[in-house]
Amino acid sequence: MSNTNDYSWASVCESADVPSMVGVRALLNGEQVAIFRIKGQLYAVSAIDPFTKMAVLARGIVGDLKGKVVVASPIYKQHFVLEDGSCLEDETVSIKTYPIRESNGKIELAIAEAIAA
Amino acid sequence: MSKQKIVVVGNGMVGHKFIDNMIQHEAADQYDVITFSEEPRLAYDRVQLSSYFAGATADDLMLTSEGYYQESGVSYVLNDKVVEIKSDENKVVTASGREEAYDKLVLATGSFPFVPPIPGKDQPHCLVYRTIEDLEDITASAKQSKVGVVVGGGLLGLEAANALQNLGLQVHVVEFAPRLMAVQLDEGGGDLLRKKISSLGVQIHTEKNTKEIIDGEECRYRMNFADGSFLETDMILFSAGIRPQDELARQFNIEIGERGGIVVNNFCETSVKDIYAVGECALWNGRIFGLVAPGYTMAKVAASHISGGSEEFTGADMSTKLKLLGVDVASIGDAQGRTPGCLSYVYQDGVADVYKRIIVSEDRTKLLGAVLVGDVEAYGTLQQMCVLGMDLPESPEALILPSVDGGGGAVMGVDALPDAASICSCHDVSKGQICCAVQDGAMTIGDIKSATKAGTGCGGCVALATQVMNSELTKLGVEVNTDLCEHFAHTRQELYHIVRVEKIKSFDDLIEKHGKGLGCDICKPAAASILASCWNDYVLKDEHAGLQDTNDHFMANMQKNGTYSVVPRVAGGEITPDKLIALGQVAKTYNLYTKITGGQRIDLFGAQQHELPLIWKELIDAGFETGHAYGKSLRTVKSCVGSTWCRYGVLDSVGMAIRLEDRYKGLRAPHKIKFGVSGCTRECAEAQSKDVGVIATEHGWSLYLCGNGGMKPRHADLFATGLDDETLITYIDRFLMFYVRTGDRLQRTSVWMDNLDGGLDYLKQVVIDDKLNVCAELESEMAQVVGTYQCEWKTTIEDPEKLKRFRTFVNSDEKDNTVVFVEERSQIRPATDEELVRFVESTESEMA
Ligand SMILES: Cc1cc2nc3c(=O)[nH]c(=O)nc-3n(C[C@H](O)[C@H](O)[C@H](O)COP(=O)(O)OP(=O)(O)OC[C@H]3O[C@@H](n4cnc5c(N)ncnc54)[C@H](O)[C@@H]3O)c2cc1C
Repeated sequence: MSNTNDYSWASVCESADVPSMVGVRALLNGEQVAIFRIKGQLYAVSAIDPFTKMAVLARGIVGDLKGKVVVASPIYKQHFVLEDGSCLEDETVSIKTYPIRESNGKIELAIAEAIAA
Repeated sequence: MSKQKIVVVGNGMVGHKFIDNMIQHEAADQYDVITFSEEPRLAYDRVQLSSYFAGATADDLMLTSEGYYQESGVSYVLNDKVVEIKSDENKVVTASGREEAYDKLVLATGSFPFVPPIPGKDQPHCLVYRTIEDLEDITASAKQSKVGVVVGGGLLGLEAANALQNLGLQVHVVEFAPRLMAVQLDEGGGDLLRKKISSLGVQIHTEKNTKEIIDGEECRYRMNFADGSFLETDMILFSAGIRPQDELARQFNIEIGERGGIVVNNFCETSVKDIYAVGECALWNGRIFGLVAPGYTMAKVAASHISGGSEEFTGADMSTKLKLLGVDVASIGDAQGRTPGCLSYVYQDGVADVYKRIIVSEDRTKLLGAVLVGDVEAYGTLQQMCVLGMDLPESPEALILPSVDGGGGAVMGVDALPDAASICSCHDVSKGQICCAVQDGAMTIGDIKSATKAGTGCGGCVALATQVMNSELTKLGVEVNTDLCEHFAHTRQELYHIVRVEKIKSFDDLIEKHGKGLGCDICKPAAASILASCWNDYVLKDEHAGLQDTNDHFMANMQKNGTYSVVPRVAGGEITPDKLIALGQVAKTYNLYTKITGGQRIDLFGAQQHELPLIWKELIDAGFETGHAYGKSLRTVKSCVGSTWCRYGVLDSVGMAIRLEDRYKGLRAPHKIKFGVSGCTRECAEAQSKDVGVIATEHGWSLYLCGNGGMKPRHADLFATGLDDETLITYIDRFLMFYVRTGDRLQRTSVWMDNLDGGLDYLKQVVIDDKLNVCAELESEMAQVVGTYQCEWKTTIEDPEKLKRFRTFVNSDEKDNTVVFVEERSQIRPATDEELVRFVESTESEMA
């Protein structure tokens, strides 16, 4: 995320709203986003589990597998890499990732239109 | 494309099974099925035929009904025998002159009783035993007879003898061979069976060759034997074996075997195109199968082949176990010991009348066969060892020797399961498939999941699948990796000891000192459970919250659509009317689906995460506390009403159930724990299917341990009897803590027991005799857990910081719009995938 300065950013919550190692969910223009803070690093991915279409990923256990930081779906336990959204059990499946940053005590997500532009 | 026409000749057990397979087939509407039966009724249970004499009616025996065939679009013609096959025109002709064209023809004509060509055999009171009409004739004849003879001392003959005896006749069995059940038994087994049956008043005559049947002097008939002796009788029942009903095939140029039987290949196809044969009329690999199970397999194979499948018939195990005239008899594999070089072990108890013999391979590594008379308990294990070709234990004789201390002979874990045993029922994965995956290189449970899908449905089978994998790996000589996961090179037991001994209080501390990386969804919940078992901290404490599975984190059970269900504790299943009303009120307020659980409490479904604290606030105000339905912990103590109300009750089972549930609630364990308490030996609480079962007797409580219902049922073992309240609780304290200490991750007590070295006896030595000198420790550990109990929900709703965790969105009060309910039977349920698509379309069109 080298050129994060190019996005326009929407503030979604206070820094204190995102604890360490436990996910939370935010709404961004109607999309459900799962936000995690792991060893100081922030991650944002779609909260929708592609296998069940249910918005459960913010409620999965986070950790690492083979060196990659992952969240496990609480429904059928597939693992998604938080960095790029890929699924460890099924390479044909992936979830959307969102640029995220912390600024002035707020958590901010990049706005979709800006990414498309 | 027009429908394929399938004609089935014979509507016996196997013909019907074939039709049922076609009806169940997903493309069932592409076939027109018609069946012809020579008998006046559709298929009935021939195997249970003798129960007719015990009062069962023809209706009771039916396997199907005309209504079911009509609903399923199957045509049937009764009382009409097929007499001709015009294979060049693809047509059959019946006795009544009806012609029916077919695309595929299935012969399921069964067999007929063999009557030896003895002069005089065709007289009125000379009968056979195959159909309901035969039984009617036998009953009528018996009314006019005093003495009856059964010709043939095989399986069926002895069953017939039993029937005649029940009809009040004086019964003789006449057998050509030197012993009874000559096909299944060896000499020793046959001798004992003869002794037992004779003692029941049935007279046995072996090595008798009947020459003729003439008029009798004292009775209706006289049977003259080749050795000059004779026997007088009023009726004769021939049960001298069966012959395949291959008449049609014989006449219309379908290949038959030298000694009869319609020759079929692995797909049950006969030598003529489009014609199949299944059941007792079929000859596969030179063999006829006179049992129903192989016939059913053939029915499945033929149905599969006709509808484009590729299943094959590969033979069948002919082992049998049955009760003949009250005597238990079993025969497995090469019971006669005909394999060259084979050796055998014999156990004979002339007092209890037990005979057991096992036949083993020359090198003593494999079981080839077995004969059991009088005590057939070992049948299951032996049959599987034989069929699966499993290695014999060091001293094979232990398999048939009685266990002196009553602890049971050779107990086995997953190894005792047959290959066909279904391990993962969500994805229908058998033990064999898991073993194959291991042979193809799978080394971890993760590999097994990707290779077979086992464990990726409800996940309930992961522990069992892991054991199957480990056992297979060991067989292949691979060193089994028992590490919990990539973060910890320790087993769960080792981690438990580390946590206890080093007094480790958090996951971060544990992984820093004894593991590596961040952890994962395997080790985190396992560590959370261990920490809770040891120190019993509040589960949502900051350092523990991220370790919990979503269920433990939200203290509710996540359902398929991401919503939760809520189960308050109803100890012992006892609930006041006020509390019942309060539950109903809460369910109504939050529009929750309500269902009574198997554990005698009430489950409220469909709550979104932000609703959980609101719901719990109301429940706690009404006097409820959390039920831990989400935890790997004590679930429920099921009870019957016991001596307080019940006329048969011996002790107060509800009182004891509540006491136990209150004591152990909140105890975190390797897996969930269920209890049952019954007030008398009628056992209405089904305590013997629970991890801990308590049953009242006149002499005090009996304690049963390590039972399980569910996926792999296990009858609990009787652990101790005649206990008073205090001793009962002491034993349960010790037992539970010993399980918590030594159990594997997600291992129920039933599986734990099956894998415990030394089994039940060892457990008794630990818990009752304190062989390991740990009982004081176990008791004080339990006291610590009991003393620090808190209702996690109460703690949570009192802490505003914790309540924030339950918000659905950190930046909005909106509800989760992926959650959609529809109404069914006056309650909500999650929308199906199709309904969801429709819902999205309609909201989109509303928006447009
Ligand atoms: C008393 C008794 C006890 C038994 N106990 C056991 C047991 O404990 N375990 C076990 O595994 N097996 C047992 N068996 C055997 C079991 O019943 C058979 O294996 C099974 O019934 C075979 O099924 P089938 O469909 O091949 O033959 P059947 O059930 O005999 O059915 C064949 C049907 O086809 C009809 N038919 C024949 N030719 C024509 C034709 N040309 N046109 C129209 N209809 C025709 C016959 O009338 C019959 O109704 C027992 C059998 C008996 C008699």
